[in-house]
Amino acid sequence: MCDPSEYFILRLYVAGHTAKAMAAIANLNTICEEQLKGRYEIEVIDLLEDPKLAREDQIVALPTLVRKLPLPLRKIIGDLSDTERVLIGLNLLPRPRA
Amino acid sequence: MNDTEGNKHDASNQLSKSPTGILGFDEITNGGLPQGRPTLVCGSAGSGKTLFAMEFLVRGAIEYNEPGVFISFEETEEELKQNVSSLGFHLEDLVARQKLFMDYVSIEPSDIEETGEFDLDGLFIRIGDAIDTVGAKRVVLDTLEALFAGLPNPTILRAEIRRLFRYLKSKGVTAVVTAEQGKGSLTHHGFEEYVSDCVVQLDNRVHEQTAIRRLRVVKYRGSRHGTNEYPFLIEQDGISVLPITSMGLDYEAPSEQIPSGVPRLDAMLGGGFYRGGSVLVSGTAGTGKTSIAAHFADVTCRRGERCLYFAFEESRKQIMRNMRSIGVDLAQWEQKGLLRFHNVRPSAYVLEMHLVMMHKLIKEFRPGVVVIDPISNLLTIGNPPEVKSVLTRLIDFMKMDGITALFASLLAGDRIDDTAIGVSSLMDTWIMLRDIETNGERNRGLYILKSRGTVHSNQVREFLLTSSGIELLDVYTGADGVMTGALRAAQEAKEMAQALEREQEVQRMQRELARERKALEAKISLLRSEFEGREDSLKRAIAQAESREDALAKGRMEIARLRKADEPTPPTQEL
Repeated sequence: MCDPSEYFILRLYVAGHTAKAMAAIANLNTICEEQLKGRYEIEVIDLLEDPKLAREDQIVALPTLVRKLPLPLRKIIGDLSDTERVLIGLNLLPRPRA
Repeated sequence: MNDTEGNKHDASNQLSKSPTGILGFDEITNGGLPQGRPTLVCGSAGSGKTLFAMEFLVRGAIEYNEPGVFISFEETEEELKQNVSSLGFHLEDLVARQKLFMDYVSIEPSDIEETGEFDLDGLFIRIGDAIDTVGAKRVVLDTLEALFAGLPNPTILRAEIRRLFRYLKSKGVTAVVTAEQGKGSLTHHGFEEYVSDCVVQLDNRVHEQTAIRRLRVVKYRGSRHGTNEYPFLIEQDGISVLPITSMGLDYEAPSEQIPSGVPRLDAMLGGGFYRGGSVLVSGTAGTGKTSIAAHFADVTCRRGERCLYFAFEESRKQIMRNMRSIGVDLAQWEQKGLLRFHNVRPSAYVLEMHLVMMHKLIKEFRPGVVVIDPISNLLTIGNPPEVKSVLTRLIDFMKMDGITALFASLLAGDRIDDTAIGVSSLMDTWIMLRDIETNGERNRGLYILKSRGTVHSNQVREFLLTSSGIELLDVYTGADGVMTGALRAAQEAKEMAQALEREQEVQRMQRELARERKALEAKISLLRSEFEGREDSLKRAIAQAESREDALAKGRMEIARLRKADEPTPPTQEL
């Protein structure tokens, strides 16, 4: 679990205005407002506009949310509909022991 | 090409092909991979998938001016560059010239969390961008398994990979997608179901401690292709696949005859070997097989044609030294680049690899004549049917290219052994060298066991190795069999004496005849002189008798005159 005062820089990769993209953006906004109010920054990148950026962050699946900060870098794929898994991915919830 | 199946296809739905430039592969696929479509290349780890894919791109970029994209899921760009630089591929340069685009797609499962529905549009976008950057016509994805290892939810992945193949097709690129071999299936994840156009399988097996690489075209929709397993090699300049049976028996049959290098042998063969023919020279140890091969190589190079000499037994230097001793200078041809030796121990490769190696060298050097000395050594690494199958393929291939081949074969004993019989049916000309051992002397004999399409001598010749090359002499063939060497000389002397004797006899008879004629003539003249003597005396007697009659008549007339007879009366009136 990370420090509750830490600042989050998040980058969401999508390709055009697909249903999955729109769902991901909506889900992300909701989660951030609930969990990280006032200490987050979201950048949405449409790869259709700048496809070369996909290589930079090693993007394969879409949508992908990249947690740039705090380190370590984490990738969360999918439309972010599974809130619990998003929180685990953002390190806001402990990873369940398998 | 002439079957109805092929024609139907050629006419209605011409399938364009993208040549891979991989030696031999384009032959077995009749032109390469299906153009604008994905091909699945599957095989176990280390079977050469990455290399196959990379060579497809590099050759495409260099030889066919088709830029390519390499999407690697396993090796980084640096690793790839290093791995293939040993094969003479300089990726750095191709990348700099915008002929090649490489993208390493890294998927770290440990830092990925799945939170709902996703797709692989990110990958699609990267591929699309790479294609657009260099204007790629060829794309490689190596290997797809990495997606399954790195990403969750196989169900989504399967659907996405299916979509990926469709995407590649829609981009119109000729793609090679590699995948790991599965247990009991071509690929671990059953990708072969998604690729309907072309599937190639690579295999690397170990047989008697020697690795053997094989390639098989499992399916190729809309195209004829060889279905065999084709052996292939990975060498310093890439992959070379040996096309085996695609050639069949429809090769040309040139009527040109080329000299064997031994004039007397050419005479026996009615002019020499046929160009594109295969010649077997078999004989026991030390009967001069290599010498005949060397003469053939020598005369070939003298004509300005190239000769490739595979020496499985003796080293190149040893052959050249030995041949110098019989007046054949092979070194000069090697210096002029007309003669090339390839020295290799049979045990260095498994049989098929030898074939691939020979095939490759022949393709490179483009010789008019190939010598393989000896083929019997190949038996040490394969059984007779295998050797025969390998040689059939080699001979077919050489015939297609109009290459004349001379095979030396060592016979173990006096009899014509199984190897020779096994391969002899493939040969157009079969020259047999035999030891003829008599009266404490060993001589060599040569005869032509068969020679297709030429009127050839059926006689045994004595075969001499002199300091100025091979000489063929007539041998004595009599009731006691073939005689050579001193025995032949003795026999010849004997014959000469007999001939002299016969001549003397004739002369004697002629003299007798003359004498008899003389005697007869003498007899005749004696008889004639006797007769002449008799004739004389008889004529005299006749004359006397006639004069006496006259006198009598005169006497009678005198008497009548005395009796006063007026007229003489004829004697008849007196009666």
